[in-house]
Amino acid sequence: MELTGAEIAIKCLQEEGVEYVFGYPGGAVLFIYDALFNQEQVKHVLVRHEQAAVHAADGYSRSTDKVGVALVTSGPGVTNAITGIATAYMDSIPMVVISGQVSSSLIGEDAFQEVDAVGISRPCVKHNFLVKDAKDIASTLKKAFYLAKSGRPGPVLVDIPKDVSNQKAEYSYPATVNIRSYHPEKHGDVTQIKRAAQLLVEAKRPMIYAGGGVVLADAAKPLTDLVRLLGAPCTNTLMGLGGFPATDKQFVGMLGMHGTYEANMAMQNCDVLLAVGARFDDRVIGNVAHFGSVPRKIIHIDIDPASISKRVPVDVPIVGDVAHVLGDLLAVLHSSKQKPDAASLETWWKQIGEWRSRNSLKYKYSDEVIKPQYVIEKLYEITRGEAFVTSDVGQHQMFSAQYYKFDQPRRWINSGGLGTMGFGLPAAMGVQLAHPGATVACVTGEGSIQMNIQELSTCKQFRLPIKIIALNNRYLGMVRQWQEFFHGNRYSESYMDALPDFVKLAEAYGHVGIRIERPSDVEGALREAFARKDELVFLDFRTDPTENVFPMVPGGKGLSEVILAEDM
Amino acid sequence: MRHIISLLMENEAGALSRVAGLFSARGYNIESLTVAPTEDETLSRMTIVTRGSDAVIEQIQKQLNKLIEVVAVVDLTDGDHLERELMLVKVRAQGEAREELKRMTDIFRGRIIDVSDKTYTIELTGAGSKLDSFLQAIDRNLILETVRTGASGIGRGDRILKL
Ligand SMILES: Cc1ncc(C[n+]2csc(CCOP(=O)(O)OP(=O)(O)O)c2C)c(N)n1
Repeated sequence: MELTGAEIAIKCLQEEGVEYVFGYPGGAVLFIYDALFNQEQVKHVLVRHEQAAVHAADGYSRSTDKVGVALVTSGPGVTNAITGIATAYMDSIPMVVISGQVSSSLIGEDAFQEVDAVGISRPCVKHNFLVKDAKDIASTLKKAFYLAKSGRPGPVLVDIPKDVSNQKAEYSYPATVNIRSYHPEKHGDVTQIKRAAQLLVEAKRPMIYAGGGVVLADAAKPLTDLVRLLGAPCTNTLMGLGGFPATDKQFVGMLGMHGTYEANMAMQNCDVLLAVGARFDDRVIGNVAHFGSVPRKIIHIDIDPASISKRVPVDVPIVGDVAHVLGDLLAVLHSSKQKPDAASLETWWKQIGEWRSRNSLKYKYSDEVIKPQYVIEKLYEITRGEAFVTSDVGQHQMFSAQYYKFDQPRRWINSGGLGTMGFGLPAAMGVQLAHPGATVACVTGEGSIQMNIQELSTCKQFRLPIKIIALNNRYLGMVRQWQEFFHGNRYSESYMDALPDFVKLAEAYGHVGIRIERPSDVEGALREAFARKDELVFLDFRTDPTENVFPMVPGGKGLSEVILAEDM
Repeated sequence: MRHIISLLMENEAGALSRVAGLFSARGYNIESLTVAPTEDETLSRMTIVTRGSDAVIEQIQKQLNKLIEVVAVVDLTDGDHLERELMLVKVRAQGEAREELKRMTDIFRGRIIDVSDKTYTIELTGAGSKLDSFLQAIDRNLILETVRTGASGIGRGDRILKL
């Protein structure tokens, strides 16, 4: 069948079962938009800024296990998309971004809206392609989806020049892909898995540290089984929340810079550490030398060999799909006669209990001013822990991670790696479209929300009843906190002056806005908002401008060198 | 430590910039990089000379392996290998220096490949260190121009990098 390049591209999306494409039109993608217009299977969501298109595709992907798809035009369309692509790249989110390019004959001539999309995106994609002939579109898109989803997932960009999208070619969608240089390992090495099992049953102070890889690999179930079988404490990274149920008694909370005291202390003091789909990054283990100053055996399971022994040397490296390896590890443990050492575990849990009793997430409730932690606690209660919660970046993000107890994976959606302000609202759009009936809350700050506030318009057009929980402290709070702690209280440019009236703003976009100024009104406002099932409600909580996030392991410090609220 | 990393990659536009970009983005050092197609025209062979601790070299290999277009990576310095580099040197060759330069070229098993009444152009092949020694052995003031290809490497005997 002869089709145009644009028609082929859309056929490929249909073939891949793509439900939504998030995008924004422009000259270089006009043929592709034309092809979209002529069909109904793939629905297009018109955002108000290309960054939001990519974040929405990202949120869609994080909350499902599907590949997110975005479509942007050449030049400024692509450059606007880059922040979104880099965000997805840092968190290993499977995504395909199709960008228009100027016509082949104009490439390299500084044509109108020309930018080297492949060049500019290269450091923040898993792979990218420039398609030079319409006959290559189908095989390239097939590869793009395969690469995005397999191995360590990530965004793949496919750049299609305008003339190629209008060129005719024979269409057939390839049934299989073969890339001779790309063979991600699925199964871990059996000998290493046996060594790991041995170390784990013999451990006196075992600890399980699970990251975003568990969520991405849909490995929450085998992880939970393993933690229960071993009787060990489990912590999740910011990216891994929900990978192990937060209400389980073996959960010691999130670890890292704003992790709980018990999680960080257990991480520092364990004798056998099992790292699963996590990468020992600087926000998680703080100072590498300090972390390495205590002897412990480390087992590391990851799909990406380059993540293993990158920052911390590992004793038992296991490269493979986290779900497969955990399954195999469980099988080995089940068939082994040796059981975990109950006496040692008891002593270990006693020690953890002492750390826990420091109650490091305790904060002072106030009758006068709304504490941000309180809002999140109430949000958790009122949504019964079942909401999809997206977040922006800052203090509100940390409060959400600390106080909303995620029992399921893919419910907590945040930009952990890149830390992109402006992620929350567009990501929530993707989540809501993927889960039409579900409760979706976007926790944000008055700084972050203004980075993609224009998406309130998209929410109106597509009737997305997201609940925006703005913790409005009138400051770029996380910046203010660092200035208070490390820059002698010099609050350089962190006060958010001239804020808009968010209630009126929400109304101007056709939504509902509520301002909440007293602690006693928090619960009522949340209840009212969630009762409005079909409406987007913007909740403008005026929170304590001076509140800080505790515990805090300052940058460059070790995990046990933590500042607790009680120290201040 | 100095390492020579050899790789086979798809002979496609853009593959080279992925490798070069990886080194600059991650702050790895490149002493030299050479690349050309192989007898199988779908593949290019690249030789990268770099320096780093064992941990850094391990990361470099893993990161290179992650590039989709990279088909195979080896660290030649892990075993017996040969290393050759080509250098062309243009020198001022007048008066008694003319004879001296000819002598040095012979000692280093080089060849004079172009002659003018004022200059010689000398071709020299060998390990990088041999080329360095040659430059040190002749009078610095006579050197007008040098051009080096960077090292190419290959394993000895049965060590073969092939698909
Ligand atoms: C795009 C972008 N620019 C700058 C930053 C640096 N930054 C990190 S947190 C933060 C403050 C965020 O303020 P707000 O959204 O009001 O949240 P709060 O910390 O007050 O909860 C800033 C500016 C960032 N993460 N992202």
